[in-house]
Amino acid sequence: MHIDSYERNWMIFSIVMLILFATAVSVAAFGMGIQVPAPEQRVDPKTVATDPNSPWSNPGLREVEPGKYDAYILARAVPSWEYLPKEMTVPAGSRVSFYVTSADVQHGFKIQDTNANFQVVPGQVSKLTITFDKPGTYNFICTEYCGSGHGVMYGSIIVTP
Amino acid sequence: MKQYQLSTSEKKFVGSHILVAVLALAVGSLFGPLQAFEHAGWDFYPYLRPFIKSYYQGLTVHGVLNALVWTTFFIMGFLTFNVIFALKRPLKNPTLNKVGFWLMVVGVVAAAIPILANEATVLFTFYPPLKANWAFYVGLTLVVVGSWVEGWGLFMTYAGWRKENPNERSPFVAFASVLTALLWQICTLGVAVEILTMLLPWSLGLLEGVDPQLARTYFWFTGHPLVYFWLLPAYISWYAMLPKQAGNGKMFSDSLARLSFWLFLVLSTPLGFHHQYVDPGVPPVWKFIHSMLTFSVFFPSMMTAFTVVASLEHAGRKNGGKGALAWIGKLNWSDPSVAAQLLAGILFFFGGIGGLANASYNVNLVLHNTAFIPGHFHLTVATAVTLSFMGISYWLVPYLTGRKLWQPKWAVIQTWTWFVGMIIFSNAMHIIGLLGAPRRVPLGLAPYVPAEWNSRLFQVGVGGAILFLSGAIYLLVMLKTALNKEMVKEEVEVPMAESMQDPALSPDWLDRWAPWIYGSIALIVVVYGPQLIEQIANIALTSPGFRVW
Repeated sequence: MHIDSYERNWMIFSIVMLILFATAVSVAAFGMGIQVPAPEQRVDPKTVATDPNSPWSNPGLREVEPGKYDAYILARAVPSWEYLPKEMTVPAGSRVSFYVTSADVQHGFKIQDTNANFQVVPGQVSKLTITFDKPGTYNFICTEYCGSGHGVMYGSIIVTP
Repeated sequence: MKQYQLSTSEKKFVGSHILVAVLALAVGSLFGPLQAFEHAGWDFYPYLRPFIKSYYQGLTVHGVLNALVWTTFFIMGFLTFNVIFALKRPLKNPTLNKVGFWLMVVGVVAAAIPILANEATVLFTFYPPLKANWAFYVGLTLVVVGSWVEGWGLFMTYAGWRKENPNERSPFVAFASVLTALLWQICTLGVAVEILTMLLPWSLGLLEGVDPQLARTYFWFTGHPLVYFWLLPAYISWYAMLPKQAGNGKMFSDSLARLSFWLFLVLSTPLGFHHQYVDPGVPPVWKFIHSMLTFSVFFPSMMTAFTVVASLEHAGRKNGGKGALAWIGKLNWSDPSVAAQLLAGILFFFGGIGGLANASYNVNLVLHNTAFIPGHFHLTVATAVTLSFMGISYWLVPYLTGRKLWQPKWAVIQTWTWFVGMIIFSNAMHIIGLLGAPRRVPLGLAPYVPAEWNSRLFQVGVGGAILFLSGAIYLLVMLKTALNKEMVKEEVEVPMAESMQDPALSPDWLDRWAPWIYGSIALIVVVYGPQLIEQIANIALTSPGFRVW
């Protein structure tokens, strides 16, 4: 098959670029640990908010050891579009693992100015861990269409100095 | 001028596809600017309340009609034309193709009724457990099945041609069109299984609940190759028609054009998890494998960029263009079909770069479901594809109807206004997305919007206004052309660029279907099989439906 020399060079250039991109992403993922969510736990969306054994029947922040927290957050569209709890406060330097699930439809969960961003799928638990070094208010917002109130669904994490 | 003649009924058949497509675009595009205006603080939805209940009903109309109906009908019409014209033979079984077309029409009507009744405000991704009226799912199924049936008609026609011409190299345009229809058959299996095994029985009350995670996996099996189903027809035109229109140029490389289409067939389905990087129910190892495959499909895109630009350069130099870049100015920019496709190609460059960012596994953490995503796909499907299709229609509609294109100058203005409007709109969407603005939100009302987004939200509205104007000009040109009393003297010449090298010299393995089809299926089985088996084995139909709009 005839391949023009310019085109051959272009193809080599394309492959080199691809290898560079793949390397950069791999280093970020495995060298620097910037990872995406992994399967955590499955739940029954019909009972997850009411079953007394479910942490989401009493959502909120739990300190597991000094400076380390688990945040159980319930996302729901019914009766009104909200996260429970809507607000949490942690001191700067805290490492918070977010466990988020939905009591009804799909939602999103994105903490502004951080790498935390995931899909909230009924029946599944989404988990990511974030360290908050800088004090301030971090809004977490719903990023998946969940009905007419989608645009008002948000909450915040207040990081105190 | 001697070119193969389509019969009047064939022209009518192709034309009916274009008619439905343009009607869908007309209604769907009415709602696009309304979303943009809302972002800028000019909310017209309260005034539309008697007909359209909410922003989200409007967004559903916009997404379904523009992304699904306009594209699918235009593509099936264009592919049908390409197969007949390039193979120089009628359809093997025209009745079959007609059945397919009418199934699609019935499907659109069936889906439109619940959408307009606010019974299916689930957007064009219809993620369960948002539960639409059953007619919506029936309608979508009929559109997909109808497009399959039309595809079978094209395969039979190609097989008929092959039987009559066993030793001839397939004409590139026909080859690429049949390949596009084949890609569609393979990839739509995902959404077909999603609807038929879960959503439809659930909406009819036969199933108590669905598994939303599995539904996402099925959906995105189809969702990304869908993008290539949209793009490949534009590529066919860029490769094999645009060089001719732009200055009587030739296609740079027949063999590499074929190779890149084969790579699209093989690579575009087994990478759907790159839309699910942040899904809780998919293991990261599969997400990572799919991210690498997503990068690999960048390779045929780069090949396409080379061949298309080299073919255009050939055209520009034939027109007397000189210098490293000055030949660009010598292309036939005054031809609206050329201008549309060149401008579409320019914006596609940026769309491609944004796509690479989305595809980059963990980089996607800052982009997922932000306004960056609609910013991105308005450069790709809404410009590279849509503006190219508009450009194609500027010669195809006069060809099919025998009527002269009304006011080509206005058509040129249309292409430039689309280009400028989309730059303003899309640039602003990308930026607010990077700042954290979510997609699918009436940002004019959202309580968490910081002041620093405001100037960009205003630009979203300005871009939307220019696009609205451009869309209106397009419809005017189409309408006036369809009613034009001034007829084309002879038949419009169909632009077909020859290849620089004799296609007969392209190696035989680039003209054989079986190995590539087996290869695609094998790759899908390897990179989708284990997860599909695991997710299906662990299915939990626990999510009841919700109607929360």
